[in-house]
Amino acid sequence: MSDLIQTLASFLAEKILKQPGRVIAPDEPLISSGLIDSFSLMDVALFVEDTFGVRIEDTELNADTFDNLTQLAALIESRRS
Amino acid sequence: MIFPERLKALHFQDPQRIAVTLQFPSADDLPVTLDGLLRGSQSFAQAYARQGIRPGEVVVLILQHGEDLLYAFWGAVLHGAIPSIMPFLTEKLSPERYRADLASLMEVTQPAAIVTYPEFENEVRSVIREGSSVRAVIVTDRIPPAAEVDFDSLEGFQRKPEDIVLLQHSSGTTGLQKGVALSHQAVFNQLNAYSRALNLQKDDVVVSWLPLYHDMGLIAGFLMPILSGIHLVLMSPFDWVRAPYKLMQSVTRYRGTLTWLPNFAYNFCAQKIRDRHLEGVDLSSWRAVINCSEPVRWESHRAFYDRFKDYGLRWEALQTSYAMAENVFGVTQSRLGSEPTVHEIDREAFMVERVAKSPLDGRPSMKMMSSGYPLENVEIRILDEQGNDLPERHIGEVALKSDCMLTGYYNRRDLTEKAFRDGWYLTGDYGYIADGEIFVSGRKKDMIIVGGRNVYPQDLEALTYEVPGVHAGRSVAFGIFNEEQGTEEVVIIAEVDSEDPAEQQRIADAIRLHVTKNSAIALRHVKVVDPKWIIKTSSGKTARSANKEKFLKELQEEQSRERTD
Repeated sequence: MSDLIQTLASFLAEKILKQPGRVIAPDEPLISSGLIDSFSLMDVALFVEDTFGVRIEDTELNADTFDNLTQLAALIESRRS
Repeated sequence: MIFPERLKALHFQDPQRIAVTLQFPSADDLPVTLDGLLRGSQSFAQAYARQGIRPGEVVVLILQHGEDLLYAFWGAVLHGAIPSIMPFLTEKLSPERYRADLASLMEVTQPAAIVTYPEFENEVRSVIREGSSVRAVIVTDRIPPAAEVDFDSLEGFQRKPEDIVLLQHSSGTTGLQKGVALSHQAVFNQLNAYSRALNLQKDDVVVSWLPLYHDMGLIAGFLMPILSGIHLVLMSPFDWVRAPYKLMQSVTRYRGTLTWLPNFAYNFCAQKIRDRHLEGVDLSSWRAVINCSEPVRWESHRAFYDRFKDYGLRWEALQTSYAMAENVFGVTQSRLGSEPTVHEIDREAFMVERVAKSPLDGRPSMKMMSSGYPLENVEIRILDEQGNDLPERHIGEVALKSDCMLTGYYNRRDLTEKAFRDGWYLTGDYGYIADGEIFVSGRKKDMIIVGGRNVYPQDLEALTYEVPGVHAGRSVAFGIFNEEQGTEEVVIIAEVDSEDPAEQQRIADAIRLHVTKNSAIALRHVKVVDPKWIIKTSSGKTARSANKEKFLKELQEEQSRERTD
């Protein structure tokens, strides 16, 4: 698992799910499964911006843009380069 | 007075006035004049008439934020039919559950028609069984716009003030079976009293993102401005939650003066808006931002003020109200122009003696913020368990009486009768009175309020039982207050037979997924426990609070262990 995915996974487990020990698989659905609700989506966007300097626009905050860690990591990578 | 007459009078005064400005995430703002609103609504009224819908029959609207919802609602009113707005299916909710909810709404409400989008027509039709009350599914793209407003053709003008004008439901299986039926007269009595409490003026501008299937959004953020001839700027809750700064930008752009928010929104805005989104923002036009529909917190006002004071926000603009659909909306309102009263009270006396008194030196205290004074048409009493009046500062159940109460829960005479005692409506909320002001302190009912939305724990528990590995009767749901977010978080505890941690984790995930998919409520804590963890009593209500205490105690122990590790 890449460092990027690992960083995102720890953030989600600790800050969003409040279960630090929770393992989140890279392909586990996040939004469509209800794991992340719409209120927490903002937190994900803010974390990504602060940590990786990558902006996710508010209109992109839905399952079509990313629904698992692999997709989110790919989005971040594509915007970092 | 009836709704159509008021609209006609407003139209006579100034048909080209902008009544509503609709906002969208990636399209220009859409101004709708009163004439445009009435023409659009007239076309829907004609569609209802063509479909044989009679005045006095219920029309369920399954539509999202936008012009169609606006016209379908007011079209029903102009036709004399009774509109009821049902939340639209979101990606979070499972279609099966949505169908079940819709079926249960239809069973109690007995609608004659359902209005929806073409792409949702089949979904709606799949729920309609033989013998159903629904005679028509009206699809929005098949409604030609009316060329001009023709009041004489509209049957809604025959309605009487005491007739039911609309139904308002809260969400979930339990909420959908309890439609609050309101009469024209009740709504006008509320609007008259509430407008005076706000000192509402023609040049006020209401800016709202609240959903119209909720009383705060429907009344304060929709009916009141439109029926009072005041400009309404409306955006969708789904857009706001992804871009909360848009509220600030809209207030700036339209010189917004009034906004209603549930308590969590103060925290949400304070924490999640970037400086770059506040460039050029000027909130000095805001004369009241009214905190309502969740317990009001001084700390949330403070956080909101600290974040936005440099952008023109005034401290005195932060106001409070206590409201409920059964009273149309507002029960109390704080006095605009001055800050709501805050009591510093003794925590132990509050918990044990149920009295709000000043703390003795050094003893733990808590802040209680007033929800303001009863509206001029509302009487309030604070009652003990036996129904006796309590003295000032003693905490009891809030009971109220007014000339703007619900006609009844629609087709549920049983529930309506249970809600009243000797003509007084029992709110199920706890609070106290001091110097004429109402302080709401908690709830008698187990209801959880998440982000302003009412959630019945029994609905969530029933869903938990559907998860394989969980047995019926061995789950408990409750809310715990989250200081940072300014609202409650949902906790579900479920007993399972397996003591294998991996299996327990699997079941916890399954519960989270299933409950969220079927209630559209995000769960913060899902705790799977060994058999006999849950405290059982004969009454479910006691069990929830006892289990909540046990959960909080364990959570505290875990957290202190983590700190020492």
